Amino acid sequence: MEARRASRTVSDPKVRHVGFFTPDPNPHPGRTPLASDAPVSNALSPVMIPPPRQPSDRTAAVPVPETGQRRQTGADQVPVGSYNPSESLLSSSPLPSSPSSRVGLVDGEFSEESGGWLRRSESEKYASSLPDTMVERAPENSASAAPRLESKKSVEVTGKGGKAVLEEQNEVQSSSKPLKEKTTKAERRALQEAQRAAKASGKAEGNKSAAVSQGAASVKPVKQPSQKKDGPPVSVSVVSFDKKGGDRPPEKERKKDVPAPRMQFDDKSRVQKAKKHAVVKQTEARNRVELFRHLPQYEHGTQLPDLESKFFQLDPVHPAIYKVGLQYLAGDISGGNARCIAMLQAFKEAIEDYSTPQEKTLARDLTAKISSYVSFFIECRPLSISMGNAIRFLKTHKVIVRHAITKIRDGDVLLTYGSSCVVEMILLYAHEMGKQFRVVVVDSRPKLEGQALLRRLVAKGLSCAYSHINALSYIMHEVTKVFLGAASVLSNGTVYSRVGTASVAMVANAFHVPVLICCEAYKFHERVQLDSICSNELGDPDAIAKVPGRTDVNYLNNWANKENLQLLNLMYDATPADYISMIVTDYGMIPPTSVPVIVREYRRDHVFL
Amino acid sequence: MVDVQGLVNELVSKLRRRKVEGSSATARLTAELLRSVISQSKLPTTNQPAALIDAVRDVGEKLIAANPIELAVGNIVRRVLHIIREEDHSNARDAVEGFRLSVGGDNDYIVEQDHLNLSAAAQSSLCRPSLHALLERSPDSETTYFTATSEDDSEEKSKSLDQNAKSLKFRRKVISAVNDLIEDINTCHLMIAELAVKHIHHNKVILTFGRSRTVKEFLCAAKEKKRSFGVFVAEGAPKYQGHLLAKELAARGLQTTVITDSAVFAMISRVNMVIVGVHAVMANGGVIGPVGLNMVALAARKHAVPFVVVTGTHKLCPLYPNNPGVPLNEMRSPSEVLSFEQFSDCMDYRIGTGAPQLLVVNPAFDYVPPELVSLFITDIGGYCPSYMYRLIADYYSSDDVVIQQKPAS
Repeated sequence: MEARRASRTVSDPKVRHVGFFTPDPNPHPGRTPLASDAPVSNALSPVMIPPPRQPSDRTAAVPVPETGQRRQTGADQVPVGSYNPSESLLSSSPLPSSPSSRVGLVDGEFSEESGGWLRRSESEKYASSLPDTMVERAPENSASAAPRLESKKSVEVTGKGGKAVLEEQNEVQSSSKPLKEKTTKAERRALQEAQRAAKASGKAEGNKSAAVSQGAASVKPVKQPSQKKDGPPVSVSVVSFDKKGGDRPPEKERKKDVPAPRMQFDDKSRVQKAKKHAVVKQTEARNRVELFRHLPQYEHGTQLPDLESKFFQLDPVHPAIYKVGLQYLAGDISGGNARCIAMLQAFKEAIEDYSTPQEKTLARDLTAKISSYVSFFIECRPLSISMGNAIRFLKTHKVIVRHAITKIRDGDVLLTYGSSCVVEMILLYAHEMGKQFRVVVVDSRPKLEGQALLRRLVAKGLSCAYSHINALSYIMHEVTKVFLGAASVLSNGTVYSRVGTASVAMVANAFHVPVLICCEAYKFHERVQLDSICSNELGDPDAIAKVPGRTDVNYLNNWANKENLQLLNLMYDATPADYISMIVTDYGMIPPTSVPVIVREYRRDHVFL
Repeated sequence: MVDVQGLVNELVSKLRRRKVEGSSATARLTAELLRSVISQSKLPTTNQPAALIDAVRDVGEKLIAANPIELAVGNIVRRVLHIIREEDHSNARDAVEGFRLSVGGDNDYIVEQDHLNLSAAAQSSLCRPSLHALLERSPDSETTYFTATSEDDSEEKSKSLDQNAKSLKFRRKVISAVNDLIEDINTCHLMIAELAVKHIHHNKVILTFGRSRTVKEFLCAAKEKKRSFGVFVAEGAPKYQGHLLAKELAARGLQTTVITDSAVFAMISRVNMVIVGVHAVMANGGVIGPVGLNMVALAARKHAVPFVVVTGTHKLCPLYPNNPGVPLNEMRSPSEVLSFEQFSDCMDYRIGTGAPQLLVVNPAFDYVPPELVSLFITDIGGYCPSYMYRLIADYYSSDDVVIQQKPAS
């Protein structure tokens, strides 16, 4: 692994290594013992996708505290504040538990610090996490890491709590096994792609992140960090900066606020501005490579102690985020997948611990927080492509909401069907913005999802009406607009969504009421479908026989016994494109006929789908 | 002696409290009540029809006011009124005929005069009585109309005898006609079902909505005739009568599938025909049916699936629907849609103006415009919606369309 990594490193180590630590030029020796402990990990680590950095980076990065010391302190570790990591930060490395790699965050405790530092640099990090094993593992780790300990010592931070944070990223998800197989193929593909991209791209472009994102696979589900690409963010970026350049400007126009990656580091004024906001203070490298002036070049390892000491001033930054950021800085996590996974895990914890403050709204406050976390991450280390995409997915909702809000006017009566999270966000946001409108929630059996949405809307103070789908013709004459969500939008403009949506769109059309579909672009698909029968999903037929809350309706109690009787519980239906006025996506508002265009263009951004 | 008034009050209270549901049941009860009214009412010796009409009208007003949504009540009242008028006119026609026969042709002038009178009288009696005739009407106006000036006395005597006979016969005729009406109401299902085999052939897939007894008989009759076909039954929330229908159909051996109302659009592309029963048919050919029917009709229109309505003639209503969604609808309890236990906390929220923040809409009926209906199958045959007005002219008189309190004269 090391050898491979070394070969791929193209750039001057100094250039991209933010927060790099002193290189212990030969980390490997330390590694091997650990590696031997976990042969599996060696065999496959997802991080295999050649890390951009130098071998030295990896090893040294973490100030490895005296294991012994750690261990002792581990027990006394005082959990910091309210941080309650429900899961330790796992790299998605599929490595099954490698005993050495420990470091799991013990839930509710920071005790893992002990192990963490040590291992970080190793591939074992990706071992499965068993928090409790941490302490036990410490010894082994310490043993192996011993040689390096000394060097790290210096960096050791005294604050124990902080350490813990830095620790571990080696936790591996329990579901590592399947992930492992996936990433292998993905890895290989990613490698190929990277090479291809590197060849294809010409010159270095100002946009580092653009370059980086070039290879990133599309992260279709937001929290699925299984995306391959990105092996060496650095090398990639170095080699093919321009690649993304072309794609990035459109993104800029989309107003995604992922600030730093696009920063032009050769522009003095911007650098100054960025520095002001930075949590992580980086000192610029003294001898910058002229060719890459546009990229951030900082000295390694200077900010680590500073950051660590700041750990307790956690306010703006959630501990998990901080921890991952420091791990980035220290180079503990490297490799696109690992970083992405770590980032998403951190987001997950942050979101779990998140509760909307009094005066603020979830959509905006949470997005603001996530933006700040992203900025923090970027300061620690520029985003990899996969991370950029993952973040973009988190933020698509915000963009869609912003577009759709423009369509809501005072005095509107908006109808929605079932429960779509995007539509809910839109309605709540519009309400907070002070628009005066009424909502009609239409619901249907057997899921009756609209009731939950109704409750949430009423709790927020919206004036709502509720009815079942049969009463559509009765209420439609009062409705001014219909907002619907979608499970997916197909290339012929057909909207595939919860059963009943087609009926709503049809009746709205008959009453000349515009129908707006709110759907993220990742839900678009190149499939085409004409009716709801050739492809659908069947639910539980018993759900139809039983009507909750109505004991008088019990005609179908023994329906299975009657041989001629069947119950059909469809989950989805296909709404023809002619009933739809407009589709609101994160790319803007498009007519249903433009869906194949988006599918094609959207795919260009991501190599893998 | 049956207490007519008591019967009337009883039916009125049943209607008001919605204890009687369904057009057939309501229609039958109304017809039976009116039959009692007719047989029990004291009629003057002359000009019985007018008196009868007034009596029936009085009772009818009360019944309609008890449940305005139940259009079958009004339909039957108007039918009975029409029967009375028809009997009256046919009597007049007979009288005219009889008179014409009895009058010799010797006196040309008189004959002509008589003819003129006759034609005038015939015209006025067969059509509606003119204002002039109304004002001029004396107790025995009908028969005196045609009285020739010359042969008064003898004619009068014979006429009065006839009149007595006629009055008795009149009432009996009316009652027998009302009995026919009741019989029609009871057997309309059978008549309609006889037509079923013409419309359903092998391997057809039928979609129906909610539960209608007429549809059930229709489908079962086709099954009896050894046609094999499949049925999709949409459950028809919030009453869920579709469940009951599906159970009954399956018991009779039909391949039945229950689907939710939301899946109607998804399934309709696989369906060959939609057959539904309705609550009432309006004069323009539109129908009032169970809530959700309009959605089914629109989907059928979109997929070019014939939308067939089976109905007995007692559901035919001479009224035109203006803004039908609101006045011809009834709001049922919200608890059928939203459970009170789960949402009791939300029920108290109020917005700024004091209006409730949460509104639950649960209408009982739906209006389907005539453009969406392909065919009406009635007990007298199949017709398209544009023909409905003719049937209505056959069964109702335009006088009776508005049944409301006449100002005391």
